[in-house]
Amino acid sequence: MLEKALVGSRKYWTWVFFLLAVVGVGFLAYLNQFTTGLGITGLSRDVTWGLYIAQFTFLVGVAASAVMVVIPYYLHDYKKFGKVVILGEFLAVSAVIMCLLFIFVDLGQPMRIMNVVLHPAPGSVMFWDAVVLNGYLFLNLIIGWYTLGAEKKGVKPEGWVKPLIYLSIPWAVSIHTVTAFLYAGLPGRHLWLTAIMAARFLASAFASGPALLILLCLIVRKVSKFDPGKEAIQSLAKIVTYAMCANVFFFLLEVFTAFYSGIPSHQHPITYLFFGIEGHTNLVPWMWTATVLAILSIILLVNPRTRKNETTLAFAAAILFIAAWIDKGMGLVVGGFIPNPFEKVVEYSPTAPEVAITLGVWALGFLILTGLYKIAISIKEETAT
Amino acid sequence: MSINRREFIRIAGISTILGLGGSVIADKLGAASEVLPNEKALKGKHWGMAIDVGKLKTDADYRKCIDACHDIHNVPDIGNPKEEVKWIWTESYEHTFPGLESKFMSESVEHKPFMVLCNHCENPACARVCPTKATYKRNDGLVMQDMHRCIGCRFCMAACPFGARSFNWRDPRPFIKKEKENKEYPTRMKGVVEKCTFCFERLAKGLKPACVEASGGAIVFGDLEDPDSEIREVLRTRYTLRRKAELGTGPSIYYVIGGGEHA
Repeated sequence: MLEKALVGSRKYWTWVFFLLAVVGVGFLAYLNQFTTGLGITGLSRDVTWGLYIAQFTFLVGVAASAVMVVIPYYLHDYKKFGKVVILGEFLAVSAVIMCLLFIFVDLGQPMRIMNVVLHPAPGSVMFWDAVVLNGYLFLNLIIGWYTLGAEKKGVKPEGWVKPLIYLSIPWAVSIHTVTAFLYAGLPGRHLWLTAIMAARFLASAFASGPALLILLCLIVRKVSKFDPGKEAIQSLAKIVTYAMCANVFFFLLEVFTAFYSGIPSHQHPITYLFFGIEGHTNLVPWMWTATVLAILSIILLVNPRTRKNETTLAFAAAILFIAAWIDKGMGLVVGGFIPNPFEKVVEYSPTAPEVAITLGVWALGFLILTGLYKIAISIKEETAT
Repeated sequence: MSINRREFIRIAGISTILGLGGSVIADKLGAASEVLPNEKALKGKHWGMAIDVGKLKTDADYRKCIDACHDIHNVPDIGNPKEEVKWIWTESYEHTFPGLESKFMSESVEHKPFMVLCNHCENPACARVCPTKATYKRNDGLVMQDMHRCIGCRFCMAACPFGARSFNWRDPRPFIKKEKENKEYPTRMKGVVEKCTFCFERLAKGLKPACVEASGGAIVFGDLEDPDSEIREVLRTRYTLRRKAELGTGPSIYYVIGGGEHA
């Protein structure tokens, strides 16, 4: 089936080479980081994780897009999702690959990455995160590839795929829970030390993943003869609406606990994010942008007229995606480090090479996504005729 | 060429004797002593420190402790506060004990520098989160850092509530003055985390940590599990504070507050 990714129109190849160029720039920047060290980033002894880990955390959420189509299709026999389920699974595959790459580029000694396997530490949440992410990657790759292959041959998938599909559902929940536990189990990081972290991760994931899937469905319909279906897109839109409302609600719970209790250490990170502390305001414009976009997206999604109109729906999905990207990326990760354990404010902003490496990983992820979608769509087009 | 049974036994026997003899000679030369525990090594069940803040009076007193540590451990002087590597340094009271500061405070405490370093916690969050066991707790309570196993993920730095850990954002070696370099202690490479190790290498030789030695009696080092130790005597008779004890990590560094002999 791989050969389908190697034939395409001029537009297809232009897109592929554009992505390759971005990957190339990112790779050069990474070589620089590899030789010089992480000193080329904006990170510091006070803010030790930044743009890379923010992307990792956010993309774990995007990988949830799969389970939001798998549950209705396989558990509730919701036939309308039959066409999008493969798109969700392949989006999950590329999102998880990006996650793993973002972890890799964040390591100080990447050549020692196998130490995680050679000296496994079951007490470490990061060890389990590596286990669940790799597991989720293989589950989706195997399920997606095999069901597509069966479709190509015009046969029903064999019985052994079903248990894997059912397994992938709790597994998707596990990747968000374990990733949230990376943060929620640390003493002394007030923004992260909250029981609702995993729930917030799930809500944010179930909003941002399917939102991206809506956009991808609309693009696929434009560039190919394959139509995922108006009804499927509308069902995704409803999922996104509920999840985003829950996401914002969970965030407001955090605000209530911090500010009604009046405990200063709980308030500081949130105050820093939205108002700045002692004139340090790097993230303030970002957080307010996220707030405005989140509210606007909810207005557009809750209102049936704007949700049913695909133009406004696409706009709502796009701004929701950006809002979630800011909130669960830089806001969550960097906000956790400020103020530092000495209650001092040391700010962080990414450097140009750091941004280049980040864009490079995103481009590589989209390159994989493009290839996988090309294969899936070609087969869907063939079987439709 | 083939050998018969008798010949084989003869050769094997000679080799064994030579082998045993060789190890005896090596032992006499002292080459093997590096792997055998030094008889003079300090032994304890739970090492800890009590820092008598009142006894450290001038900046020079602090400087002596800090330099003693940083010099023997080849801690680089990066010069950039965002990338600096430090094992022991000073902070003000409000930054050392956030949450315990008051609007109205004893001036002597408010303006006093406090020596901060790794707390060698009983229940170290850093060791718990490490995905490769590069940081781990020894039976004598020391929280160690294996700089050859560390992958540089910096999870431990997120987990440590005391900001005690440093990361080598770039190659630290050019930042160590050649004439100052201690050849007895390894330098580090880029991309690994490091911190105070309570001078495990000195304890193994029967010496107390470098900062304790340089403190002129202001820092008492000893076994917290031993009721007859000097440190336990200090803790019995003086009022002490630990940093962020409410987090349950069990810091092993105690700060003697109040100044004077019997405050």
